[in-house]
Amino acid sequence: MSILIDEKTKVIVQGITGDKATFHATEMIHYGTNVVGGVTPGKGGLIHLDRPVFDTVRQAVEATGAEASLAFVPPPFAADALMEAADAGLKLVCIITDGIPAQDMMRVKRYLLRYPKETRTMIVGPNCAGIISAGRAMLGIMPGHIYTRGHVGIVSRSGTLGYEAAAQMTALGIGVSTSVGIGGDPINGSSFLDHMALFEQDPETHAVVMIGEIGGPQEAEASQWIKENMTKPVVGYVAGLTAPKGRRMGHAGAIISAEGDTAGEKAEIMESFGLFVAPSAAELGSTVAQALATL
Amino acid sequence: MDIHEYQAKELLAQHGVSIPRGKVVYSPDEAAHAATSLGGEVWAVKAQIHAGGRGKAGGVKLCHSLAEVSKVANGLLGNTLVTHQTGPEGKIVQRLYVEAAEPFDREIYLGFVLDRKAQRIRLIASAQGGMEIEEIVKSHPEAVLQVEVEPAVGLQPFQARELAFGLGRLTMKQVHQFVTLTMGCYRAFRDLDATMVEINPLVVTKEGRLVALDAKMSFDDNALFRRPDLHEMHDPAQEDPREAQAHLHGLNYVGLSGDIGCIINGAGLAMATMDMIKYAGGEPANFLDVGGGASPERVAEAFRLVLSDKNVKAILVNIFAGINRCDWVAEGVIQAARGLGVPLVVRLAGTNVEAGQKIIRDSGLPIISADTLAEAAERAVAAAHGKAA
Repeated sequence: MSILIDEKTKVIVQGITGDKATFHATEMIHYGTNVVGGVTPGKGGLIHLDRPVFDTVRQAVEATGAEASLAFVPPPFAADALMEAADAGLKLVCIITDGIPAQDMMRVKRYLLRYPKETRTMIVGPNCAGIISAGRAMLGIMPGHIYTRGHVGIVSRSGTLGYEAAAQMTALGIGVSTSVGIGGDPINGSSFLDHMALFEQDPETHAVVMIGEIGGPQEAEASQWIKENMTKPVVGYVAGLTAPKGRRMGHAGAIISAEGDTAGEKAEIMESFGLFVAPSAAELGSTVAQALATL
Repeated sequence: MDIHEYQAKELLAQHGVSIPRGKVVYSPDEAAHAATSLGGEVWAVKAQIHAGGRGKAGGVKLCHSLAEVSKVANGLLGNTLVTHQTGPEGKIVQRLYVEAAEPFDREIYLGFVLDRKAQRIRLIASAQGGMEIEEIVKSHPEAVLQVEVEPAVGLQPFQARELAFGLGRLTMKQVHQFVTLTMGCYRAFRDLDATMVEINPLVVTKEGRLVALDAKMSFDDNALFRRPDLHEMHDPAQEDPREAQAHLHGLNYVGLSGDIGCIINGAGLAMATMDMIKYAGGEPANFLDVGGGASPERVAEAFRLVLSDKNVKAILVNIFAGINRCDWVAEGVIQAARGLGVPLVVRLAGTNVEAGQKIIRDSGLPIISADTLAEAAERAVAAAHGKAA
């Protein structure tokens, strides 16, 4: 088991004929991901990477039975692509795109409420590195070789910090069940809490690492949920202790603008809700080892 | 992206908000001339900078004669204004806004923000205007009224009415004015992809009209591609020149006050590395994310940016190669590092790490390499302090 994806999950790539999408779709196929086709409006009928290309997501779903998609769509068209995927009934859409207007994501989130909770599409991203179930399938742009299969879940706003955690764990002989990048934007498709709930349900995951950063209420919300509902140990870390107030640190969502937004406050909240807080990013792996030792 | 007060007022006026009559000026002579043409006996001369707290910092002055207008303008223009929001370095005043001042009875707060928790636009109003909202929330929490906008249908007039009646002491005519201007601000927020609109204070004049005495707007950088008119309002003089330069090259740079220059891929890793430097007893000079595809050109530009800060005593490069490859990044680092006047610590990890490290080793350059994040930070701090790690 893993969360969100495994080697059987039928995946399409939205925007598959673009250069970046072609590169990453190839990497995903090499990793073992079951890529069954792609969508590029106007390119329907083509064969690309030995897979069929469709004009619409609905056609792709009807022809291939696709359940998940990786969206490589430029920012002006991203919201439209997400709503198209939701309407075609995909269970999961991972969107890598950086630079989507916040109000577009707000409208996408509102649009999803049209569908009953049981069938509603889960969006991962935007502005993220994607999802990888180690040794099974990859829906994203991460370097697959740094992950070894194991029992710790990772959920991170930052892509490279997620890699850092995986690499430190691998060095200590600790493997990963699934790693999810929820992205650095102010409005995410899905939150820390959404994925924490899935990890709690997954028998293969024994512990989880949550990697946050400055800005937004997500880390605090998830920490409270963890205290009240989670039976598995959770390691927390928040980047940006040295970030000045009111300045955007690379990610659109990484800005201290309200109470509770600083790294220090978030780490304190995590600690108060019983998480194992890694004192620095160099101690992500060792803190996971400590958490696992309590099992 | 932030804009100036006069620009925000112009945009809000286009959406039906009443504003005082005013003119933007660039010299003391122009200021006096503007005051003459605006007429009246009292004028407000306001420094236009991208920061709040101007009043307390002496950036907004009421003037009772034309001579005073030019004297105040002369004192402000070309100088740096330091407010509690600018940081110690302050912001340069290059433009002033001269307004016809009108006496008022009452100050109201009205703000619009993109609420990340609710994932909706939120309106905040308070009868305790004139103070900053953070202060109002602390000192008069009961006086803070809030409304959330349902994105599918937008702000409804009843919601604005609820705020108006909640504020109290408004005549029915003023309630109507409040509803009109609130709906106008909402349309401006939505249609211009704002992230913040704030009118503080919104005053009730002696004549009984509701007028936006101050206005602030910020916009979503990610939406500027579809707002070319807004892009033209951008004032690069209000930015750190290095940040403006970084922007041109698609790099994310934020200048800080320390002495260890940072070149890192990924915003999260960049912040975490800065934190590590502090943890190891040093201070980072900057945040810099070179992005996923750290090409030699981008790496070279990153070095130029970091070195333009004269405080930098050592540079730390930390790249976790995912999409890119360490050997490729290493080539870029070597090119940029030739003739470098400060110690350089490089930590590479991820794809093709051995090949990348070999290139660094074989270069013959005095590059200090590190295998882990902790090592990298410790060595950079030691190098900046003139010690071997």
